[in-house]
Amino acid sequence: MSTNRNGKTSGGSGAKTIQKKEVAKAYEKYAEKFTPKPTYLKNCIIAFIVGGLICMAALYVKNRLTAGGIGEEDAGTFVTMMLVCTAQLLTGFGWFDTIGKVCGAGVIVPITGFANSMVAPAIEYKKEGIVLGVGSKLFSLAGPVLACGISAATVVGIIYWAMYKF
Amino acid sequence: MDYLYAFVVGGIICVIGQILLDTTKLTAPRILVIMVVSGVILTAFHIYQPLVELAGNGATTPLPGFGYALAKGAMDGAKDGFIGAVTGAIKETAAGITVAIAFGYLIALIFNPKSIR
Repeated sequence: MSTNRNGKTSGGSGAKTIQKKEVAKAYEKYAEKFTPKPTYLKNCIIAFIVGGLICMAALYVKNRLTAGGIGEEDAGTFVTMMLVCTAQLLTGFGWFDTIGKVCGAGVIVPITGFANSMVAPAIEYKKEGIVLGVGSKLFSLAGPVLACGISAATVVGIIYWAMYKF
Repeated sequence: MDYLYAFVVGGIICVIGQILLDTTKLTAPRILVIMVVSGVILTAFHIYQPLVELAGNGATTPLPGFGYALAKGAMDGAKDGFIGAVTGAIKETAAGITVAIAFGYLIALIFNPKSIR
């Protein structure tokens, strides 16, 4: 925007404004080089650490449960349920948004993000009623995930069935 | 050592999600779909199974792990016949999905929207 205006008013003192333009352009390029990269890197590092910590915590709880005499598969299921419940409670309290802004994909990619994506719109549309508001908006974001995931898995299952059969 | 693998693998999967989020114009729900479907596909080609054996919860907690559970259920069920192949996917993930729906619905009923703006 500013460069356009400079171009129009450049009639008076030509050389100076051109120099200013060049400086501004050079600075823009210079700034572009440096601004986005640190945030990418920072976001990635935060996502790596937070995501890793969530997975480690999940493994820790699972190991504790298996040590307590619960079968490995049941323990895994319990851990998933705990993560889902925790994320949904945090969403209910309104804290998940804040965490999500800081941690980015670190909390979105684990199952916690899936749990959050169900509750957040459901609470948001509570005014529209218990059935059509909460009940349907529960799936406005999670629906696509379930639909695509289950369809893909069913196709895989049928292909495997056909492979075993023939 | 298990914890280190879980940390690294889980972290890397999250970084992939973060890179998709930052560098492409994909929104979060699309990334969730991509993650789950890629988990299904990787499991179908037996690529994800070794990762789960190596990293445990590091590979099953992120969303590709949800796809892994879906595909694994379907593939295991396929051994028992056609019905197994169709029901296997949801059977394997029934607990997670049920809790997410039932508990989520209750939470949404209990809590009111907060305005953090």
